[in-house]
Amino acid sequence: MEKEYWRWPESRWTSSDIDWKTGDIISAGVDVGSVSSQAVVLVDGELFCYSNYRTGSDSPESAQKVMDKALEETDLTLEKIHHTVGTGYGRVNVPFANRAITEIACHARGANFMYGPSVRTILDMGGQDCKAIHCDEKGKVTNFLMNDKCAAGTGRGMEVFADLLSIPIEEMGKLSFKVEKEPEPVSSTCVIFAKSEAVGLLRKGWPKEKVLAAYSSAMAHRVVELLERIKVEKDFAVTGGIAKNEGVVKRIESELKIEALEPQHDTQIAGALGAALFAKALVEKERGLR
Amino acid sequence: MLAHYGYKDGSGDYFIVIDTDKCDGCGECVTACPYGVLEVGEDENDPFREEPVAKVTEDHRKKIKYSCAPCKPTSGKKPLPCVQACSPDAISHSW
Repeated sequence: MEKEYWRWPESRWTSSDIDWKTGDIISAGVDVGSVSSQAVVLVDGELFCYSNYRTGSDSPESAQKVMDKALEETDLTLEKIHHTVGTGYGRVNVPFANRAITEIACHARGANFMYGPSVRTILDMGGQDCKAIHCDEKGKVTNFLMNDKCAAGTGRGMEVFADLLSIPIEEMGKLSFKVEKEPEPVSSTCVIFAKSEAVGLLRKGWPKEKVLAAYSSAMAHRVVELLERIKVEKDFAVTGGIAKNEGVVKRIESELKIEALEPQHDTQIAGALGAALFAKALVEKERGLR
Repeated sequence: MLAHYGYKDGSGDYFIVIDTDKCDGCGECVTACPYGVLEVGEDENDPFREEPVAKVTEDHRKKIKYSCAPCKPTSGKKPLPCVQACSPDAISHSW
């Protein structure tokens, strides 16, 4: 079988020092994205377990699968979870969710938890869209913009390039710096046109690292343009799959002249984490605690 | 919250910006828009907001360049009906 260069590693994690049985509120968030799905379980607002898997063609099935994976190595069951919030592109297709909340609200809330209350600007580079969010110290959205019409600057675009250049997707960031001099960015930000342009450059004899550098900087430039429409303010954080690609993140940082915060957890879980935090808040509201 | 609805593509930026802190959910813009681009409903991006808010309908979000085009002739521009109808001044267009 041909190697699938685009395939990124799936993951799951369980906290070793939390016993869910002692928890008062067990809340969950499921983010069914266009490319990846995540499930996060919180025990009294502390991260208990999460999983990150590829979304299949069936959203309800993907939601179920990612939740099963999150709970896999724990003895917690779905029935024990008090409240579940669905988010993301397939949020209305999470069969066991009590409520659906947009990924914009969830990402801000999740990033506020992951990176701390100093985060003001969040760039979520998703599988098929790109979101620029400005939030306050409580993680409440104050300004947002989402571009889901065009795949430029998204994970899907990077997957296309991984395949074209036959480079495993996790190595793309590092390899994009193996150039003597930073090349001009590819002129088109559209994934389809950028791909044809890249094919042309490869024919011209450009090494693939140079083509990759040209594409990574075009991608960075493109999202910086989106970010500039909302207010870019420190602290700045990047979430989503592309946040793991230093080739794009470093180029965004140098264009913005702001450094991005170092992630503590899998950057792809921000949306699901925010959803789980909303689920907790909804339980508290129900119980009359807030 | 400044909610940007729309997109950026190869031809430019097309965003309708609604300031949800100014919007009181009166719905005047919905009546004023001849093409059904706007609606009033729950704030999807603020789950704890109780009051309704104006937003761009899901159907129009990816084509507002075209949906709004009839109100933006190249010559003889008139004020936009949605912007004019909004008394709290909560609506603006990026293009």
